[in-house]
Amino acid sequence: MAAAMPLALPVLLLLGPGGWCLAEPPRDSLREELVITPLPSGDVAATFQFRTRWDSELQREGVSHYRLFPKALGQLISKYSLRELHLSFTQGFWRTRYWGPPFLQAPSGAELWVWFQDTVTDVDKSWKELSNVLSGIFCASLNFIDSTNTVTPTASFKPLGLANDTDHYFLRYAVLPREVVCTENLTPWKKLLPCSSKAGLSVLLKADRLFHTSYHSQAVHIRPVCRNARCTSISWELRQTLSVVFDAFITGQGKKDWSLFRMFSRTLTEPCPLASESRVYVDITTYNQDNETLEVHPPPTTTYQDVILGTRKTYAIYDLLDTAMINNSRNLNIQLKWKRPPENGYIHYQPAQDRLQPHLLEMLIQLPANSVTKVSIQFERALLKWTEYTPDPNHGFYVSPSVLSALVPSMVAAKPVDWEESPLFNSLFPVSDGSNYFVRLYTEPLLVNLPTPDFSMPYNVICLTCTVVAVCYGSFYNLLTRTFHIEEPRTGGLAKRLANLIRRARGVPPL
Amino acid sequence: MLDEPQEQAEGSLTVYVISEHSSLLPQDMMSYIGPKRTAVVRGIMHREAFNIIGRRIVQVAQAMSLTEDVLAAALADHLPEDKWSAEKRRPLKSSLGYEITFSLLNPDPKSHDVHWDIEGAVRRYVQPFLNALSAAGNFSVDSQILYYAMLGVNPRFDSASSSYYLDMHSLPHVINPVESRLGSSAASLYPVLNFLLYVPELAHSPLYIQDKDGAPVATNAFHSPRWGGIMVYNVDSKTYNASVLPVRVEVDMVRVMEVFLAQLRLLFGIAQPQVPPKCLLSGPTSEGLMTWELDRLLWARSVENLATATTTLTSLAQLLGKISNIVIKDDVASEVYKAVAAVQKSAEELASGHLASAFVASQEAVTSSELAFFDPSLLHLLYFPDDQKFDCLFFCPISQHSTLVH
Repeated sequence: MAAAMPLALPVLLLLGPGGWCLAEPPRDSLREELVITPLPSGDVAATFQFRTRWDSELQREGVSHYRLFPKALGQLISKYSLRELHLSFTQGFWRTRYWGPPFLQAPSGAELWVWFQDTVTDVDKSWKELSNVLSGIFCASLNFIDSTNTVTPTASFKPLGLANDTDHYFLRYAVLPREVVCTENLTPWKKLLPCSSKAGLSVLLKADRLFHTSYHSQAVHIRPVCRNARCTSISWELRQTLSVVFDAFITGQGKKDWSLFRMFSRTLTEPCPLASESRVYVDITTYNQDNETLEVHPPPTTTYQDVILGTRKTYAIYDLLDTAMINNSRNLNIQLKWKRPPENGYIHYQPAQDRLQPHLLEMLIQLPANSVTKVSIQFERALLKWTEYTPDPNHGFYVSPSVLSALVPSMVAAKPVDWEESPLFNSLFPVSDGSNYFVRLYTEPLLVNLPTPDFSMPYNVICLTCTVVAVCYGSFYNLLTRTFHIEEPRTGGLAKRLANLIRRARGVPPL
Repeated sequence: MLDEPQEQAEGSLTVYVISEHSSLLPQDMMSYIGPKRTAVVRGIMHREAFNIIGRRIVQVAQAMSLTEDVLAAALADHLPEDKWSAEKRRPLKSSLGYEITFSLLNPDPKSHDVHWDIEGAVRRYVQPFLNALSAAGNFSVDSQILYYAMLGVNPRFDSASSSYYLDMHSLPHVINPVESRLGSSAASLYPVLNFLLYVPELAHSPLYIQDKDGAPVATNAFHSPRWGGIMVYNVDSKTYNASVLPVRVEVDMVRVMEVFLAQLRLLFGIAQPQVPPKCLLSGPTSEGLMTWELDRLLWARSVENLATATTTLTSLAQLLGKISNIVIKDDVASEVYKAVAAVQKSAEELASGHLASAFVASQEAVTSSELAFFDPSLLHLLYFPDDQKFDCLFFCPISQHSTLVH
């Protein structure tokens, strides 16, 4: 309990010559960046990167002073003699086929790989302690990392920073695929940022929007890098990355226009005063082509072109440190709009709500000639509440048939139909012109076998319980109430009794 | 004032008696307490000379060594509530080492660009103090700068002085919101002492702390026992003249370190001694700690360690009596024996006045007793309740019934 006492009288200490000392020049710097990439399927990917570079020597000993570099990670580097640390938490899977290649992909769950320095004597002990400390810092169950899920790769995970020699004895790698990412892991990750979700790009990191996505990956990377181009001295680099993919249907409700406000429910208000660079990059590669499907607002003033991941891409740059872009009266809300729908056609999808409404999927497709088009939907089978099952649940559940409505071109031009004169079979559907006719087709209903519980189990349980109770009760009753008494054996049978009757009648003594 | 002839042993005290008219002491002073375990007492020519001089020596010795209230403060955790007044400050619990963290909180980096030469200040002021205290444990020092870290309390505006103030009742609510940003030490098991320097934001400048009478506290700082201290550093209003934000603020480390070192002394329980009347107390040393103050601390710590070790061992014995399921392995047993031997050795050394070895033995006693008490192998069979041992008899009625039938 805090009994706060104001300090009334300081002890006068003879202090040595202090006076005014000029502070040293800043030894660490922060750069932050957000890359927004519209994906071919209509989704949007956003990748945040916060990079803190700490110009300090490699071996940290004695007193340590931290400014932008977080103290928790700095103490880890010095205590466990780390050279590199890479930790990521991911939920979902990056679909390269639909979304294109990622900047940095991470496996689903938690992944931790670490290069120790060659001064470490017992690598396994340091690895065990380090995973326990990290599980405390990030509120994750990394303490389940032990020798049963740790390996030492020899070829794949070479150091990503500077390295003199790579003896893979100092490398450890572990993955926990069962680890779930949630707000508890995001909050300590955000606390490591210098501006800490109050200014700059970290304002956009709101947990309720970030976890409402198809793919969420947050990572921490620490490695030594060169301080300048000639590599005369070494700095520590901390990169915190966060990648999310917003789904067009779940987040965007099917509409193909995006803005920072729709994605993150926030806009950018002010730059982080500690950052030397704070920028937003928007991928406008499709914008520059002739068909102009994508529109970006506010219009970009500067662009950046380079070959990224094998293809030439163009990015629009929005610099938050530029006062023309963002100042006290203006927020920055970048908007992307698809000017005409992409070639896939119109898709309307309404997800189901449990026990309220079903799924609805409508697609407007143009079928090429002489081709086969397949539409496939993935689904999962679930259990219902036991009162919701029909009387014959093992028959299966019906899915309503699909409807195909089409305007089929007519081989022969038809004249407009007069409703009163023509026969009834010709006037079922209204037609606007004679060049095509309307047809509506239905598929068969689908019968799906869902998992059903064994409904005979309540009866079985009642039978078994009653049997056990009856046996126990019977035994106890017998034990408590059974008494034994001696009985004369009955001599002779029926013939002897008859003979005695006849003898009594004759007056002769019985047998 | 006096030349120290030789280094005194720890826990010892040397008193020089000088003649009545000697000029070593100023005329009206009867005694003098020096910084390094020496004292001077003025003699007297009188019929009751021995009694009077003896009384003066006793007074001086009581000021410099272990007294009842120091002992009571050390045993605060073990005494019942009525013997211990809640208003007295509780010193830090005895531990093998401490981590001291200095944090600069800057809630408004847009307005203030704060720089502090913490490395130099630690090297010049804090490190000598900790070196003087090194017999009491291992110390390590860290520092960090936290941006956008607010105090949890909104200060109120005082129009009379056109400044903001925090009154005494809102001070306990300040610490909790900040503590989540401070970050507990990931890398060490020692308790952490936090010293925060808060530069208030431009909208709430200047900010003063008020004591219970409503007057601003001179040092603008407060501390919380067993946690650390907070000081509010107001930016001089003259630096805003240029009105280009952010203004560069250079923190005056001398003023700050004065306050933090004084708070550190209070946190350790090194209180101002009860100086007897007409006694001259020597000025402060360059490290900020007098040797006999360190001795008092070590005494108090030894007693506290002995109390803790005894309580732990007694609890273990009582637990063994109540729960029959606890398993005591050989290494746990050897730790218990070591703890008991260390407690006995420490008590003997304290009785004979060898303070250094008594303190070391008491630390060993605490370590061994805690190792024995918190060993995880004690609980291997704890959750094996007695009724589960009778589960094997579950099938008896059925088997009995079936055998009786035949």
